[in-house]
Amino acid sequence: MALTGLFLILFLVVHCYVNAQIFWNDGGKQFNEAAHFMGTNVVIRITEIGLFAFLILHIVQGLMLWAKNRSRRSVKYAVTPGNKVSPWYSRSMALLGTLVLLFLIVHLSQFWAPNRFSQTTGNGELDLYARMKETFSMPWVVAVYLLGCFALAWHLVHGFYSAFQTMGLAKHNYKKMIKCVGVAFAIIVPIIFALMPICFYTGCLN
Amino acid sequence: MEHNTMNLTLKVWRQKNNKAKGGFETFNVKNISSEMSFLEMFDVLNEQLVAENKEPVAFDHDCREGICGACSMYINGRAHGPWHHNTTCQLHMREYKDGDTIVVEPWRADSFPVIKDLVVDRSAFDRIIQAGGYISVNTGNAVDANSLPIDKQKADESFAAATCIGCGACVAACPNTSAMLFVSAKVSHLALLPQGEPERQLRAVKMVEQMDTEGFGSCTNIGACEAECPKGISLENIARLNREYISAIMDGDSTGV
Repeated sequence: MALTGLFLILFLVVHCYVNAQIFWNDGGKQFNEAAHFMGTNVVIRITEIGLFAFLILHIVQGLMLWAKNRSRRSVKYAVTPGNKVSPWYSRSMALLGTLVLLFLIVHLSQFWAPNRFSQTTGNGELDLYARMKETFSMPWVVAVYLLGCFALAWHLVHGFYSAFQTMGLAKHNYKKMIKCVGVAFAIIVPIIFALMPICFYTGCLN
Repeated sequence: MEHNTMNLTLKVWRQKNNKAKGGFETFNVKNISSEMSFLEMFDVLNEQLVAENKEPVAFDHDCREGICGACSMYINGRAHGPWHHNTTCQLHMREYKDGDTIVVEPWRADSFPVIKDLVVDRSAFDRIIQAGGYISVNTGNAVDANSLPIDKQKADESFAAATCIGCGACVAACPNTSAMLFVSAKVSHLALLPQGEPERQLRAVKMVEQMDTEGFGSCTNIGACEAECPKGISLENIARLNREYISAIMDGDSTGV
């Protein structure tokens, strides 16, 4: 979980950086250049296969872990402590992960899949900036994306620190630092992502 | 603190034996002193039950001073009750007020089967200790004290880990029923000392192996164990156990795995 999770965190950094090019507000020039590089570079294309493999592995591991851990207490407690002894998001990683996955299915079917389809059928790359503008003019899409970012943020609050803890790296001298960086990452990255549909919808970007 | 007495309603888990289906039974206890411990309140209940010719409630207890790890009640949704860094035997009735209802359950984990009422079988922990929680010591005369230099910080960390009383609250509190906090404390207190060096790698592997064999869940770093541990065992021990385990697996020669 930790290794695949950290790889997915790295992917988020790259994805966020590339997509943040839209904020130049230059009609998508910078962004489409970056997207063109990401969509055609051989190294990136091979890494993409690895990314899907890691994503699927992360999901399968997560579901197996969830199923295993749920099965080890046949008789449940009548009274549970709620959030008194542990934060809700740490206990809800499977739920948050599922929400992120549902979001991903919507997201990939809107951008990644049509673009790759167009590429492989010889019609070339799509104008992804124009596609973003068009997609994010629909209020329900904006709502789904905001929900996706929300779930991702809480998934990361636990996941970032947890990955380091699992690998035994959360030693007392830098445990605090890892926790702080993790929380900062979990706030900043989803907010940048969330700003994209918001800016298009409100007309800040055109 | 002012002394007062209270009447309470107790909902206690009753289960004849390991095979029987259990259920909650409601009792009323009267004139409980605020100065009693939680277990003394149960003593009052049991005396009452014996006087009525009923079966007393079975519960684990031994030292009643918070150091043996025998007591094990899950009180109103909290392992060892609501007090921080505290065992059930050291929980006192001044926490409660007249008319309160208290729900008492046994530790719930498939690896800790109920023996009777509130008593669970925690021998899984003993088997984990047997798998690797020991050191090699030469027989003969006792070695001179302080003959082995030990770093002060390591000695302190080792001592902090060694305060684990093996009560099982970590497993009881964990949503995954993971025993990682217990195992990590036992591995840590020996791994930090030169005396624990010879079996260091084998210990980490064997104890984790036994933990999995016993059917405990997997750790997902939720942290409920640390919050409920009566001895304040830190999650940093789990990070250390992970380091010990990973390095032992990487260096497969000495562990035979």
